[in-house]
Amino acid sequence: MIAPAIGRANLEVFADTVLELARQDPSIMVVTSDSRGSGKLVPFGEELPDQIIEMGIAEQNLVGVAAGLAMSGATVFAVSPACFLTARALEQIKNDVAYSDHPVKLIGISAGVSYGALGATHHSIHDFAALRAINNVGIVVPADNFETREAIRAALAHARPLYIRYGKKPMLDLHSPDTRFEIGEAIVIREGEDLTFIATGEPTGRALLAAQNLEADGISCRVISMHTVKPLDMEALLYAARHSSAIITVEEHSIYGGLGEACAAILLQHGICLPFKIVAIPDDYTVTGDQLEIFDHYGISAAGLSAAARDLLAKG
Amino acid sequence: MRTLQRKSIEYRKTILRIIKAANAGHTAGSLSCIDILNVLYNYVMDITPQNFSSPQRDRYIQSKGHSVEALYVVLADKGFFPAAELDTLGRFRSHFVGHPTRKVPGIEHNTGALGHGLSVSVGLALGAKYRGSPHRVFTLLGDGELAEGSSWEALMAAGHYQLDNLVIIVDRNRLQITGSTEDVMGLEPLADKFAAFGCAVRSCDGNDVEALTQALEQLPFVRGKPNLLLAQTTKGKGVSFMEDVARWHHRVPADEEYAAALRELETAEMTL
Repeated sequence: MIAPAIGRANLEVFADTVLELARQDPSIMVVTSDSRGSGKLVPFGEELPDQIIEMGIAEQNLVGVAAGLAMSGATVFAVSPACFLTARALEQIKNDVAYSDHPVKLIGISAGVSYGALGATHHSIHDFAALRAINNVGIVVPADNFETREAIRAALAHARPLYIRYGKKPMLDLHSPDTRFEIGEAIVIREGEDLTFIATGEPTGRALLAAQNLEADGISCRVISMHTVKPLDMEALLYAARHSSAIITVEEHSIYGGLGEACAAILLQHGICLPFKIVAIPDDYTVTGDQLEIFDHYGISAAGLSAAARDLLAKG
Repeated sequence: MRTLQRKSIEYRKTILRIIKAANAGHTAGSLSCIDILNVLYNYVMDITPQNFSSPQRDRYIQSKGHSVEALYVVLADKGFFPAAELDTLGRFRSHFVGHPTRKVPGIEHNTGALGHGLSVSVGLALGAKYRGSPHRVFTLLGDGELAEGSSWEALMAAGHYQLDNLVIIVDRNRLQITGSTEDVMGLEPLADKFAAFGCAVRSCDGNDVEALTQALEQLPFVRGKPNLLLAQTTKGKGVSFMEDVARWHHRVPADEEYAAALRELETAEMTL
């Protein structure tokens, strides 16, 4: 078993990548809502002050202004904590970005339960559900530094609105640098036949560790990084369902309306019924603490996912 | 000036005709703001079908999207699409829906939910400044929509960034769907509020094309400040029994009311 290397926080890699790209492309504009510090964008502001615009603590205005800038020909990254960006400014995302079809890159920082100890006001475990139901906005949830970098590069060439979310913790490195990354195309991190973990975002590394644990018990697990929650890679999902005995989905989101329910709906509509479990944050008063403590509490951990896999296979 | 006045009357007749045919529409609000749109498109703004893909063109965002019939009628007159397409208003799969969409030639941005247009316009004005483009950004707000807090977020940013290339026109007809704006959620002292947010504020009769042209000829009102024109209008303007009556917000005239309205407008046309 090889332990994946520890990388940096996706948020830091996002900030470095967007700065690197903006040096070459003056059309790149970053818009913030008093969030340049938490978005790790202070170096960007110091080096390229003409390419960053501060909107103050006003997320609705942030998104509307981002749409207007995009209409002016700018390549716009609207950067704000995911909890506020996708709740307070949801109508601006729906109307000014998605419905009006302006290709703003909506960057949700400190997403999921990254702000764990700050309480539910600062959690964004509704964002997949809210945005999945809005036409014309893609949802990308990078699992590691490689996916983060590639998602930002891919976003530049993406002609439609996109939502990309990042957390603050150092991530395991899951991919080699020559891995192919395309928005909407899942990445198979590990092959296996007994069970498939389909994970998105920061819990993906934990699914990989679970798969490594289970291998010692003779259980062979495939691990898929479903970095794009919408549009979902149906082909990868259906292949996994046809070539393994069970599926567990893993996400830093409510059990409602996220990756798991999206996968379940596709499988059932393709007439596929197999042992299936959604590991996510239950519809409960979310516990508070460090992001990883919250993950552990809800079984989004190597141990929790290993146990869930054994249990599912035993039932199946 | 006589040409603009004549256009306003023709536009009013067409607004009523298409609303009557569609059996739906925002009648009084469209009649309230039509003189503003007339002066903007025919006198002030540089927006034509020929320059619509040019980055240098002026921009217009109709934040009070529900008065879309007025916008459709003016865009048809400007030649953005054949006037006959207006007759599809509200029909199944027609692009001419009850709020502006970019599917209709000449429209920059989809609006309809209130309190959005000003933020988008601030983004456009910032974009123009950053690109060094001399074009201006015009936006039309309803007065009732100023209860949306997002409008004030946008105003704060407009003042902060000294967007003197932004022209905000408020259709101040003092009525909203429920009744008087001052009864529903008081706005006054509105001019003082806008001034406190850093705007250069002017006021004029918003149903008088001459007063509108004179006011807008003064742009920019003050260098370094967003321009705000309080256009003092009458909801339902031009049809006596619709004027200043809240229930005409989206009421469709009955046959006899439609005929009476047309008679009033034709009389007004003859007396020009």
